[in-house]
Amino acid sequence: MDQASITYTLVVPSETRQLAQVRNFVTKYARQANVAEEHIDALRLAIDEACANVIEHAYQGNPEKEVHLAMTIEPTRIIVRIRDHGCPFDRTAYRRPDVRELSRKRKSGGLGVDIIRRLMDKVEYHNQEGTNEIRFVRFRQSRQDGFR
Amino acid sequence: MSNFSVAFRNADAATILAVCGELDAHTAPELESAIKKCRDEGKINLIINGHDLDYISSAGLGVFMAFIEEIRTLGGDIKICALRSKIFDVFDLLGFPKIYHIVETEEEALSLFERGIQPIPGD
Repeated sequence: MDQASITYTLVVPSETRQLAQVRNFVTKYARQANVAEEHIDALRLAIDEACANVIEHAYQGNPEKEVHLAMTIEPTRIIVRIRDHGCPFDRTAYRRPDVRELSRKRKSGGLGVDIIRRLMDKVEYHNQEGTNEIRFVRFRQSRQDGFR
Repeated sequence: MSNFSVAFRNADAATILAVCGELDAHTAPELESAIKKCRDEGKINLIINGHDLDYISSAGLGVFMAFIEEIRTLGGDIKICALRSKIFDVFDLLGFPKIYHIVETEEEALSLFERGIQPIPGD
């Protein structure tokens, strides 16, 4: 058996109440693979944010749709892929949020993508034939910021 | 069933909202309703006690962003206390401690209200 890399997959309906299940899935399998707790905290949050974005924005709350998650654990890094068939994320419209400005404007959203970018070492978006995929990577070395 | 709850307590200087469980995109509307209820009852000095908060995502942080300006304009504030270090790290990641009073204990938060310490300036 190949011990170098193992991929865990999960498919959930596009509903926010599934987010707890998604987080439990990430925690359970990352722990099982001996991933350090600081990385698990970061992965759990980044994956929650990405799935919540799919549910609320790509699928606009349609519970008939599905969110596909794959988490690959390698000796030096963890790779996450989250796939949907909804509206693609418009990267050109993205601006790094300012909490002070959002608070002043009484906005409740707009932080999720920033959290993912701060916690992950690499973030990529792909869109092909109606399938959107966000891929992100967290290296398993110690860090100076973004949950250490 | 929801894995999040809010319990209300009244102190002389403020209303305390003790939050428990996991605050995410699914449960954030419950905190939003709790803050709205306080505001509608004229309770604008609010303390969020996060001692039993196990998890927070951006949807939870968003509830604070949605209300802080209105509550401060009314002359009150939302102060946050007793966060576990993992939860504080999420607030800290996005710079919340520069804009919100986040203190270690409920007593400290109450004392800020009692002494009339103004919210951290918006600029």
